[in-house]
Amino acid sequence: MTYLRPTFRHPELPKNILGYTRKDYEGAISTLCAGCGHDSISGAIVQACWEMSIEPHKVAKLSGIGCSSKTPTYFLSNAHGFNTVHGRMPSVATGANMANRSLTYLGVSGDGDSASIGMGQFVHAIRRNLNVVYILMNNGCYGLTKGQDSATADVGSKSKSGSENKFATIDLASLAIELGATFVARSFSGDKNQLVPLVKAALAHGGFAFLDVVSPCVTFNNNFGSTKSYSYVREHNHAASNIDFVPPAETISVDYPENTARELELHGGNKIVLHKLPTEWDPLDRISALNRLHQARRTGEIVTGLLFIEPESQDLHATLDTVQEPLNQLGEKDLCPGSKKLEGINASYR
Amino acid sequence: MYIGSSFQQQLNFLPLKPTDIRDPEYFHKVVDCQYACPAHTPVPEYIRLIAAGKYTEAYLINWESNVFPGVLGRTCDRPCEPACRRGRVEEEPVAICRLKRVAADFKDDISHILPKGPFPPNGKKIALIGGGPASLTVARDLAPLGYEIHLYDDQPAGGGMMRSQIPAFRLPEEVLNEEVNYILDMGIHTQFTTYVSSMKEILDKKYDAVFVGTGAPKGNDLDKLPGRWDDPDKIHLGIQWLASVAFEHTDKIGKKVIVLGGGNTAMDCCRTARRLGGEDVKVVVRSPFNEMKASPWEIEDAQMEDIPILNNHNPKAFVTTGGKLQGMLFEKVEAVYDASGKRKLIPTGEEVFIAADEVLVAIGQGNAFPWIERDLGLEFNQWELPRLDAKTLQSTRPDVFFGGDAALGPKNVITAVAQGHQAAISIDLFCRGADVHDRPPPMTNLAQQKMGLHEWIYDSAVVPDLRYKVPHADKKLTLQDRKKEVELGFDLEKAYREAERCLNCDVQTVFSEPKCIECDACVDICPTSCISFVTNGEEEDLRTRLVAPANQLDQDLYVSSPLPTKRVMVKDENVCLHCGLCAERCPTAAWDMQKYLYNTAKAAPLWKQEEVV
Repeated sequence: MTYLRPTFRHPELPKNILGYTRKDYEGAISTLCAGCGHDSISGAIVQACWEMSIEPHKVAKLSGIGCSSKTPTYFLSNAHGFNTVHGRMPSVATGANMANRSLTYLGVSGDGDSASIGMGQFVHAIRRNLNVVYILMNNGCYGLTKGQDSATADVGSKSKSGSENKFATIDLASLAIELGATFVARSFSGDKNQLVPLVKAALAHGGFAFLDVVSPCVTFNNNFGSTKSYSYVREHNHAASNIDFVPPAETISVDYPENTARELELHGGNKIVLHKLPTEWDPLDRISALNRLHQARRTGEIVTGLLFIEPESQDLHATLDTVQEPLNQLGEKDLCPGSKKLEGINASYR
Repeated sequence: MYIGSSFQQQLNFLPLKPTDIRDPEYFHKVVDCQYACPAHTPVPEYIRLIAAGKYTEAYLINWESNVFPGVLGRTCDRPCEPACRRGRVEEEPVAICRLKRVAADFKDDISHILPKGPFPPNGKKIALIGGGPASLTVARDLAPLGYEIHLYDDQPAGGGMMRSQIPAFRLPEEVLNEEVNYILDMGIHTQFTTYVSSMKEILDKKYDAVFVGTGAPKGNDLDKLPGRWDDPDKIHLGIQWLASVAFEHTDKIGKKVIVLGGGNTAMDCCRTARRLGGEDVKVVVRSPFNEMKASPWEIEDAQMEDIPILNNHNPKAFVTTGGKLQGMLFEKVEAVYDASGKRKLIPTGEEVFIAADEVLVAIGQGNAFPWIERDLGLEFNQWELPRLDAKTLQSTRPDVFFGGDAALGPKNVITAVAQGHQAAISIDLFCRGADVHDRPPPMTNLAQQKMGLHEWIYDSAVVPDLRYKVPHADKKLTLQDRKKEVELGFDLEKAYREAERCLNCDVQTVFSEPKCIECDACVDICPTSCISFVTNGEEEDLRTRLVAPANQLDQDLYVSSPLPTKRVMVKDENVCLHCGLCAERCPTAAWDMQKYLYNTAKAAPLWKQEEVV
């Protein structure tokens, strides 16, 4: 097997504003199974970061344990990385984010890492509206330990060995909306046209952005009867709306038909346009979005796209009124402002 | 006929049809080097054999296809190298030509493997006029079929221009003799030092067919330039002069020499002059330097031997005093290009005198057929060239065929060989009373390369090495001795490394739609972004919607039939590294690496294919 990828690239690869090609956003060659959905998600992250001209060294990628959590090795080699303990990615991300808000935080987790061992961490990161992109590579099984059902497997979904899952599924997207997440989307690893703009919008969102990506496990959960196989997801996929990401430097040039498009402003002057919007529910209304997800669960649809967004939200730094500068850049003067200042503070409590 | 995808598109204005990979020409075109070679030698196949140390096998593949591997490995015009895919992802192509020489240099004795006469006669007699590469190819292809072959040439030995015009320091005599003799030893009846002065006499001898491979023996002259005939002994036509050096009628030249012309003959003339006593040898060309016809490597070799090349000099007169050549007068010109890119040389008015003891005129050559009577049913066109069917090389007289420089104008050795093969097929068909247009198809084979899980028979890794240089002999020695070969050839270590640079473009990426689950793994892994899954469209539009721009219009798009999501797989063949990663990352083996062997048809198979590969 080839563990090396040739160094040659297409000689006419386009460059982004920073003068980088996609090659500058790549990582090491993947050691996941051939055809793993996670590799496609890595590809979408590479594409999104390149298109947004994010400087790779200004990204921090964090992950837990599992197949999904191996992927940060496979994208953005020049970014900072932290492979944490199982299920503990959110607390490490919280610490890092608190210490330095100038980086873009990208957390990668899997269904075992988030819906089982790390559930407590997951819900609290949402509750605090930590400014992080949280990508869940959701394959409904424990691929690294031979494909046992995970907590996100649907009731009745068949494993490769033929046994049916008997337990109720945890829908992390519904849970995230319920807990007050300000950006919740669902997508499919096999649909990059949808996934790439969603990753870009999530990166531009100024709060907790949750992306539940159904990502088939080709080795253990791509069989007939599984609800997370390539063919099943393709057949049951219902796109909520289409999403266009518009960076500040560009203007919206497409004319969208009236009443079916909605333009939303995100942080940093970025805009997204949701078009072909559904008429029966509203992705800006938490209750209506939750209703739609419950309905979909009843009918067996997989609703994908941007499910819920609250463009203006207050992230953890705003809530805690923290300093702008990264902590490691604060000097002695900032950290020890002198006895006069201390007296002032003490006086304020008297 | 094979129609490229871009042309097909112009005809249809419709979404692209699925590529028909059963068309023998589709994958052939992907093997750019082989496709560009006039003889379509299976280049990657023999390069792999060289890497594996199988020099004899590599030589035989060449010998079957291009007849003169040792000669061509030193002197070929290398149309394959500019086509080499490596040159599109990196600076320089694989040194294909010099690897061919490695096969010739390091092969074992092969005489026992080659087809050996006497062959059972089939009762037909063929005359070959001229003993150059085209005629010798016809002889080799037809002799094993039992034809009695009579070869006429005015030179004392076979080889034609390979002997008379290519200097020995580029092509040692023993290399040429070896490969010429492989053919002559098949029982060819040779009549050397026999100038054929009448086609009628030949035809009267009742041959079943006659092949004309007399080359382009007429050197262009400046016969109207003032002073041309004042001291004619000091002014020579390049090809005639080279021939007289080769046959040792000439062994010295004056100290100051001007060589006129910018082609490969001019380069051979100036370098030969340096070896015969020319101390101050200059090449003078009318055109700008970058438009010279000579191959870049031959120009470089001339410059390495301290030969200046003066460009933009238009000859005005030969200057003589008292009937003795003093030099030449030139007018400097400037190249001006009009909107259509057409060049005009505009005189600047400045005149330059260059002193010379002797002048070599190497400004092109042409065909001449003064020996063919015009009342034999053989028609000639307005340029006094025979009217031919370009494919069958048959003349208007059905039993007379042409090939090499004599056929469609001067080209090169490898083209002569390719035409020799075609003419041999035509002659054989004609002699059997079959239709000469009913050409046999090429031999093709598509073979799986899978050896195990993610393991291939071929060495799929792509090495980042730059092109290796062929070492040269010491200039002090080579300039002393006209016969001392300048290039030393690769040693085995360098040959291996250079061979490893080959991208194995003949190992094809074969796509099977029913197996594809559209997981995108191949798209994500492909290092050169060749693979896309998109909705189909017209080619022009499709080429803009792929993962990376597909701007090389001569490179085809490999299009699948529609997949379950209504999209199609589109692969831009342009910069595919044939690294096999798409197939390794494919969970369902929808991609497979399969080796495509393509051999043009010959008049007769020389041996069974499985004996070679």
